[in-house]
Amino acid sequence: MRPLAGPLFYFLPMSASLFIEQILNGLQFGVMLFLMSAGLTLVFGVMGLINLAHGSLYMIGAFAAAAVAGWTGSYWLGLMASLAAAAMVGALVEVTVIRRLYRRDHLDQVLATFALILLFSEGTRWLFGPFPLYLDVPDALSGTVSLPFGIAYSKYRLAIIAAGLLIAVGLFLLIAKTRLGVRIRAGESDREMIAALGVDISKLYTIVFALGAALAGLAGAMVGTIQSVEVGMGEPVLILAFVVTVIGGIGSIKGAFLGALLVGVTDTLGRFLLPVILKSVFEPSLATSVGSALASMLIYLLMAVVLIWRPSGLAGKAA
Amino acid sequence: MTEPVLTINGLSKSFGAVVACDQVSLTIRPGEIHALIGPNGAGKSTLIKQISGALRQDTGQILIGDQEVSALNIVDRARAGLARSFQVSSVVPDFTALQNTMLAVQGREGMSFRFLKPVLKNQDLVEKARACLTRVGLAGRAEVPAAKLSHGERRNLEIAMALALNPKVFLLDEPMAGMGAEGSKALTALLAELKAHTPILLVEHDMDAVFTLADRISVLFYGRIITTGTVDEVRRNPDVIEAYLGGDSP
Amino acid sequence: MIKEFWLNAACVALLLAVVLAGAIFDEPYYITLATKVTILAMAGVGLNLALGYGGLISFGHAAFFGIGGYAAGILASHALNYEPLATWPIEIGGTTQMLVIWPVAAIVSAVFAAVIGAFSLRTSGVYFIMITLAFAQMIYYFAISWPSYGGEDGLSVYLRSEFPGLNTMNGASFFAICFVWLMAVVWGSSRMVNAGFGLALQATKQNAERVEAVGIAPFRIRLTAFIISGAITGVAGALYVDLNRFVSPSMLSWHTSGEIMVFVILGGVARLFGPLVGAALFIVLEQSLGGITENWQFWLGAILIVVVLFGRGGAIGLLAKEVRHD
Repeated sequence: MRPLAGPLFYFLPMSASLFIEQILNGLQFGVMLFLMSAGLTLVFGVMGLINLAHGSLYMIGAFAAAAVAGWTGSYWLGLMASLAAAAMVGALVEVTVIRRLYRRDHLDQVLATFALILLFSEGTRWLFGPFPLYLDVPDALSGTVSLPFGIAYSKYRLAIIAAGLLIAVGLFLLIAKTRLGVRIRAGESDREMIAALGVDISKLYTIVFALGAALAGLAGAMVGTIQSVEVGMGEPVLILAFVVTVIGGIGSIKGAFLGALLVGVTDTLGRFLLPVILKSVFEPSLATSVGSALASMLIYLLMAVVLIWRPSGLAGKAA
Repeated sequence: MTEPVLTINGLSKSFGAVVACDQVSLTIRPGEIHALIGPNGAGKSTLIKQISGALRQDTGQILIGDQEVSALNIVDRARAGLARSFQVSSVVPDFTALQNTMLAVQGREGMSFRFLKPVLKNQDLVEKARACLTRVGLAGRAEVPAAKLSHGERRNLEIAMALALNPKVFLLDEPMAGMGAEGSKALTALLAELKAHTPILLVEHDMDAVFTLADRISVLFYGRIITTGTVDEVRRNPDVIEAYLGGDSP
Repeated sequence: MIKEFWLNAACVALLLAVVLAGAIFDEPYYITLATKVTILAMAGVGLNLALGYGGLISFGHAAFFGIGGYAAGILASHALNYEPLATWPIEIGGTTQMLVIWPVAAIVSAVFAAVIGAFSLRTSGVYFIMITLAFAQMIYYFAISWPSYGGEDGLSVYLRSEFPGLNTMNGASFFAICFVWLMAVVWGSSRMVNAGFGLALQATKQNAERVEAVGIAPFRIRLTAFIISGAITGVAGALYVDLNRFVSPSMLSWHTSGEIMVFVILGGVARLFGPLVGAALFIVLEQSLGGITENWQFWLGAILIVVVLFGRGGAIGLLAKEVRHD
């Protein structure tokens, strides 16, 4: 179902190096989720908008990357294209539809952004046809790299982790140190206040939305080499990003980061470990099916536990 | 002396280093209006929240009659006999005055888990609700949605809802606020009449109303009760004068 | 209210007219469509109780729709394959009796609604939306990865379940069953909304603080509404499986949750017949747009956006044009 995790390893005996590899896979999954959740949580924190169509921006990024890389043969141009396309579509949709929703209740927001998903999914199918696209790993990042303990790990996945961490640091700095960041933080606490300071709110909102969109698009493009690029790829990730946001606390970039890594690692390790552990109790085929069924529920159970413990998330204000 | 209806015993609450409520004790006796006054920031709203159950005290007890309610939540305290009004009118805006009052009647009667009988056709409940509306002078406005009532009428609706709970004690949080002279006079008369049946803890800024109505007054200053006494005693108390005029911490 | 009553009556009459026309002109497809509208409307009536009257924006009602559906599918497939459901401590077999399937579907969905509600109702607003969605998604993934009942491929039930005295394989008879169900849940909701429970529920939606202060616990009211809502949607799911003779994880998907929500909103939130109008509009749009273009969902999305941005109060609100006070 979710090729991002490592279903290959279900049948292998566990070893330390395999375990570390799974943790790296979990981290890679986690940083990708962070890129998705960052935009979602910012848009909610600053504008009070729940955006179901965030997954569509991820899909648009992936399609733009696959299409441009296909035409030009350059992965890097594809990556640029994904950022540009997602940011542009994000800005466009903010100006035409989204900004009319800020003052509406959540119900209208949910319905309108649900409608946007239909629009984007069907529109993409229209443009690109029903068949999935594929994106190749660039030559510079193909193959594996040798890590300590005799681990040979995919260069590309390692690059995703590094890029994700860099972007996370960049985002923290952006929010903490720049003028834009000051305005974003002001917008989270008091909308009228920043209007009074003479900041052009609608421009700020468009920028924040486009920034979130670009990050989602980038995530889509980076994952596009690991899984096929197809219509509907955005929604499973969107829902995981919701789980991340609930766990981390709405509006908090730090929470999104913690939540994303937690969800990424939990999900990946769960899919890897649960069948192995269950094999000591059940017969192998049963253990595999029970294990994978339980593993698919693990992060939601994690979310339930966090909810009991801290209803407003790890980094949210205590309720 | 008769058994108090509401007893607050050594209530304390701190927020970090700030002591918002410091060993507060007071009682409400049957038949009295006990006013709680104090300058802004004295800790009145922290105290009200603790009494109503919205905020848990650090130490101390609260009793309604002889039932300890210190650990109960808002709902259970309401069921134990505490009816409150809010500083900013809190009613159900799309409901009519009658429906709002019915909600309170229904709360008292524990009838919120009836699924089939139309509640507005239950003559017994409707009568009880109308009687409460009549007492606050809203009988003619029963079918008007709360959102369309005037500010003063909404204040009165809150009193009607409190009445409908048939409580042991009222906790009224600035009922006179924004009422206008005419309304305040009517409400003052109503409260004077109500207290015989149900005693009132009255938190109020309107000193005229307090001095007219209160049987006893407690003065809250920086989270402590600096004095409790009759109107005359409190008026003459130098600490009170200091608190209201002096301004600085004791 | 008078105008809304006639509007509702007209909708019901139209639905019956479609079935009648289908029977007279021997067009079973129209009967199937009308049955689909009826069942989806019933799912919407369930959601409307929580969303419309209780203000609980659940984006996870597909969970209950699908669970009800799986309950029906599993019971029927066990019976049809002569495999007992359980052999210990007593042998329990499957069944193809609707009169058994419905209560099972209702109870199982209610239990899930109780558990999901108990967690989700600790939060509110946007958290509630996301959490209900996430829990539904959890069940969706579970259904996909659990191989016993078809996993991703779903489960076919080759015979429609039975109802005493009726030939359920006859389209009109099955429609009649579903129609009676719809009318029953609409009637039930209307009683509930006007009863003490409904008063408390609608008050909780608007001002929970006030409800607490009169000694009513909002959480209990909300949870009860959520459970009843889930049970109604669950029975609708069981009927839907009988209509299609097939159950698959797609019944549990977020897309289904979104569609049920669209029915409610398209028709008009907190209006008794809103879900029927919404479901009918949705199916008519689907059919007519689907006839014109392959990419009908694109236009559906566009229409929905226009409706949200410019048409408030749904179809009934638009036509009945009246301010409601209750």
